[in-house]
Amino acid sequence: MSAEVAYEKIFERPASLKDAPTHYCPGCGHSIAHRLVAEVLDELSLREKTIGVPPVGCAVLAYNYFNFDMVEAPHGRALAVATGIRRVHPDKFVLTYQGDGDLAAIGTAETIHAANRGERISCIFINNAIYGMTGGQMAPTTLLNQNATTTPGGRNQRLHGNPIDITRMLAVSDGVVFAERCALSSIKGIRRAKKAIKKAFQSQLDDMGFSIVELLSPCPTNWKMSPKDAWAWVNDQMTQTYPLGVIKDTTGYEDKK
Amino acid sequence: MPSEKMLLNGSHVVGEAAVRAGCRYYFGYPITPQNELPEYLSARMQDVGGTFIQGESEVASINMVLGASVAGGRAMTSSSSPGISLKQEGISYMAGMELPAVIVNMMRGGPGLGNIAPSAADYFQATRGGGHGDYRTPVLAPAGSQELAELTFLAFDLADQYRNPVMLLGDGLMGQVMEPVVFPDFIDLENLPKKDWILDGCEGREPRALYSMLLGQQGELYYHNLHLQEKYDQITENEIRWETQGEDNAEMMVVAYGTASRIAESAIEELKAEGFSIGLFRPITLWPFPKPPLRKLAQSIPKVAVFELCMGQMVEDVVLTVGERAEIYFHGLPGGIIPTPAQVADFLRSALKGDGKVGRRIEV
Ligand SMILES: Cc1ncc(C[n+]2csc(CCOP(=O)(O)OP(=O)(O)O)c2C)c(N)n1
Ligand code: SF4
Repeated sequence: MSAEVAYEKIFERPASLKDAPTHYCPGCGHSIAHRLVAEVLDELSLREKTIGVPPVGCAVLAYNYFNFDMVEAPHGRALAVATGIRRVHPDKFVLTYQGDGDLAAIGTAETIHAANRGERISCIFINNAIYGMTGGQMAPTTLLNQNATTTPGGRNQRLHGNPIDITRMLAVSDGVVFAERCALSSIKGIRRAKKAIKKAFQSQLDDMGFSIVELLSPCPTNWKMSPKDAWAWVNDQMTQTYPLGVIKDTTGYEDKK
Repeated sequence: MPSEKMLLNGSHVVGEAAVRAGCRYYFGYPITPQNELPEYLSARMQDVGGTFIQGESEVASINMVLGASVAGGRAMTSSSSPGISLKQEGISYMAGMELPAVIVNMMRGGPGLGNIAPSAADYFQATRGGGHGDYRTPVLAPAGSQELAELTFLAFDLADQYRNPVMLLGDGLMGQVMEPVVFPDFIDLENLPKKDWILDGCEGREPRALYSMLLGQQGELYYHNLHLQEKYDQITENEIRWETQGEDNAEMMVVAYGTASRIAESAIEELKAEGFSIGLFRPITLWPFPKPPLRKLAQSIPKVAVFELCMGQMVEDVVLTVGERAEIYFHGLPGGIIPTPAQVADFLRSALKGDGKVGRRIEV
């Protein structure tokens, strides 16, 4: 019996990912998120229709890993850039992939208004509660008491303000049809995240409006934790400030078990 | 076919010309004195099946332009001075990524919020790149409505040809004034040269990525900058534009662009009536600055008088061009005041005498 008959291939690199080692740190949530996005694009046969906009942040080099058209946006402007692309290509698929600093600090206005216009764009929002790329400064999503290089002694509400729940804020807008928060810190959470991403992408395909999936994502390097502890910290700490689950869903899709 | 002769204000002229030049994507944020342009396009884009978005800011608008451009559309934004300052990061990214776009600046008085009267104080910003990094954008400076229309066409063509943002530099007065215009015919959008670098999904080809970050250890950014510079050299070589009037036997050349050149024309007429022979050199491209023709004139004409609607910005390019070949006089008025031809005529008389009473002699 030949090997081809004896073994069936049941796991491989998605076509939407290039065969390239990433620069992400061990245990980083970005790698997992990349894989999920790529798997869903493959499953929906979207790779050749997709134009992606990575952020300025740790994922700035995402075009080295994603195997579809991509363009760099200035820090925070991914959703404005994506808006321009979407208007030229109403028949294509457009996604942004953004960190918390990109999406919820410097790009807040672009985020809110693209969502509120109901742009047919799907946004993958990586919330790691820290500025990864620049070396661990406070993010808008940094938890109270969390240490960052610019919050000595921990984030203090009076001094540094509150962690921002931008996904919940966005959900208020009629332009947003789907918003869900998942965590990349357990097998179950990762599976859940994939489902959410699929729903978000489907809603764009069905011309419904803006969709966002927030992924609580470990940054072991800047949290100064082992990957294992980082998972635990997401599960125990982050989810208290950012509870998981569907925040808004007006798609009307049935949840398949 | 070109249009009938039409009477429109300058902002509407730019809007109509942009549509005829194939612009189907406009993104902008309101600011006086150019609001008539987005207002016009908000309706006109609906007629032609284009996109008009009033962005949430100038920052967002320029980045929407970036997106539409990378997707292959002819895209434009417009604003006035404070808004143009906000667009500079986006323009720098587009220059780095070599993305075409047209940016209209109907200049107003600054610094800060300044005022809404015509001004030419953004010359440095426009001609020196404006944002961060080593880049240039061609700058076209119309002096009237007909030229506004024609240079709008040219701006889109140059942007595509060189894959670079191009700026159309007018002022608040030009945007408001009504003059008769004959528009060039609609371009055939289907027959524009194909862009083989755009992002439209990778069906049937390898994926493309466009970016300006070049971290590579093999000098990627270094070589990219050399490549950009080669392009800027080509533009400098091929694209200078200017106009001269009355240069034969002139005892002095006035150098002025845009609205200032229109005022200077009237002043020159006044002096002609007094028996003086004065020519006008009007740069149409501010970058690249039309150095060779001006240098040539300065070899035979002993005086050059520079007049600007600001405290002296273009004069630096004149100095770099003319050097010690001719005496250089400068007169500038800060933004917020539209000088009369009589005021400019006083400057020209003073420059002819070299008495320093109006304006000043520039020591090289
Ligand atoms: C205009 C501008 N300001 C600041 C920076 C520096 N900068 C790069 S990435 C970044 C924050 C990244 O944090 P985040 O968006 O949370 O993404 P992460 O790296 O954590 O994935 C900052 C401040 C920049 N590139 N551009
Ligand atoms: S710094 Fe943090 S977010 Fe960036 S790659 Fe490393 S683990 Fe990931």
